[in-house]
Amino acid sequence: MKQIKEKHSVLMRWTHWVNFPLLTIMIWSGLLIYWANDVYSITLFGHTYVKFFPDWFYEALDIPAHLAKGMAYHFLFMWFFALNGLIYVIYTVVSGSWRELLPQRKSFKEAWQVLLHDLHIRKMLPPQNKYNAAQRIAYTAIIVMGFGSLSTGLAIYKPVQFATITWLCGGYHLARIIHFVLTIGYVFFFLIHITQVILAGWKNFWSVISGFEVIRSNKPMEIVPTANPKNDEKPKED
Amino acid sequence: MKNQKKTKQPLTIDQKIKRRNFLSLGVFALGSAAAYKGWRWLSTSAEELTGVTGGAQVPLRRALNKTELFFRNFFSRNHLVKTYPKSMAVKNVRQNSDIGLESDIVMAEWKMEVKRSNGELMHITIDQIKALPKTEIVYDFKCVEGWDQIQYWGGLKMLDFIEHFGLAEETKTQYMGLMTPDKEYQVGLDMDSAIHPQTILAYEMNGQPIPLNHGAPLRLIIPVKYGIKNLKRIGYMTFSNTRPPDYWAREGYDYYSGL
Repeated sequence: MKQIKEKHSVLMRWTHWVNFPLLTIMIWSGLLIYWANDVYSITLFGHTYVKFFPDWFYEALDIPAHLAKGMAYHFLFMWFFALNGLIYVIYTVVSGSWRELLPQRKSFKEAWQVLLHDLHIRKMLPPQNKYNAAQRIAYTAIIVMGFGSLSTGLAIYKPVQFATITWLCGGYHLARIIHFVLTIGYVFFFLIHITQVILAGWKNFWSVISGFEVIRSNKPMEIVPTANPKNDEKPKED
Repeated sequence: MKNQKKTKQPLTIDQKIKRRNFLSLGVFALGSAAAYKGWRWLSTSAEELTGVTGGAQVPLRRALNKTELFFRNFFSRNHLVKTYPKSMAVKNVRQNSDIGLESDIVMAEWKMEVKRSNGELMHITIDQIKALPKTEIVYDFKCVEGWDQIQYWGGLKMLDFIEHFGLAEETKTQYMGLMTPDKEYQVGLDMDSAIHPQTILAYEMNGQPIPLNHGAPLRLIIPVKYGIKNLKRIGYMTFSNTRPPDYWAREGYDYYSGL
């Protein structure tokens, strides 16, 4: 017997898919801006391991000499990026779905077990509900990162009017570095996220568009109501 | 008749799944198409006609102007730029551009022309300016490119200049415009920023007269703006309620460029 299992709310799906092009545009326009003063690198003991960014990278993406354009796009799409994030956070708080997302005390230990499992070192996954421990950490971290990008962005955008924010971010230089590092972080998040989505398979991917998954069971129930987040603490076997 | 019977029956699981999948796919496809269309519209939108501003696509310029209005709400002349001890100022002050400085100038004949609201022209010499009390500032100069430097400037505070030369009435307008003597470089400043207490008509850099390439004999130091607004070698000062010409705003940059 097939069953419909509700998985992702409409709002979560909307904000997720809206965020994808927005973040892409923010990263691209950010690169146009960064190029004008591209001073960052990973240098240890006088040897530069990674230069941000090599010429071939700039050329491939047509980055050079578009500072004004980059700023114009960045300062338009920042509004949508912030708004989309705000809607998601408010929804998550109000709906109670934060309970499925915030890492719990056991999450950090479990995330390690999830990692070992994903690397085919450990056979068993720890019991989990909607999101496993590693997902909880990753999906909460990405929201914290988004908040970090907005604050450090504001800190370098209006360092005089919002001097307090700049100070909280550790000053103008550190704020710009954090803003940059967070962006690199998104790229890494994206790569891991895509890998995991591919590994999790089509059904899992499609549920982020449709909102539900079809499960087969012997129980004659028609529709499984959305998991009550309050019961989240007591995971049940599916 | 057959159809009627069908619709009355509750949907089977398979029908529900089909329906919801179809709907989701439809909405997702429509949304993607709309996003693509929107992006095409924006990224291929026409460039604005060059007037006071230029070089930006029309919707992006509109967005820059709207964003300026929003952030001007947070501007206060009481928000002061952080200052530093003189020892922290760099010795090699970075110079980015020569625009407006390439014409010949006879230093001894230099005067700043100030156009008053009633049309009267004032010609102010460097000695008149140097005769007034000097204000110094050591602060973090920020370039729109992303670099910054702690620099040490000295000169006449704009507020003192306004007071001494009786320009209080003029500062009731919305904008101050500055131009180099050859009129090649211009900046437009919203009045709040122009008369910010840390804005200086500078004639000294690191305690010495400003070198030619940094804007001798008199330049603007306006810490609440990016470097592009810190015009070198002032030739003309005007006041208006409309935006004065601005070199980089015509090259696609934000007119406000405030920090």
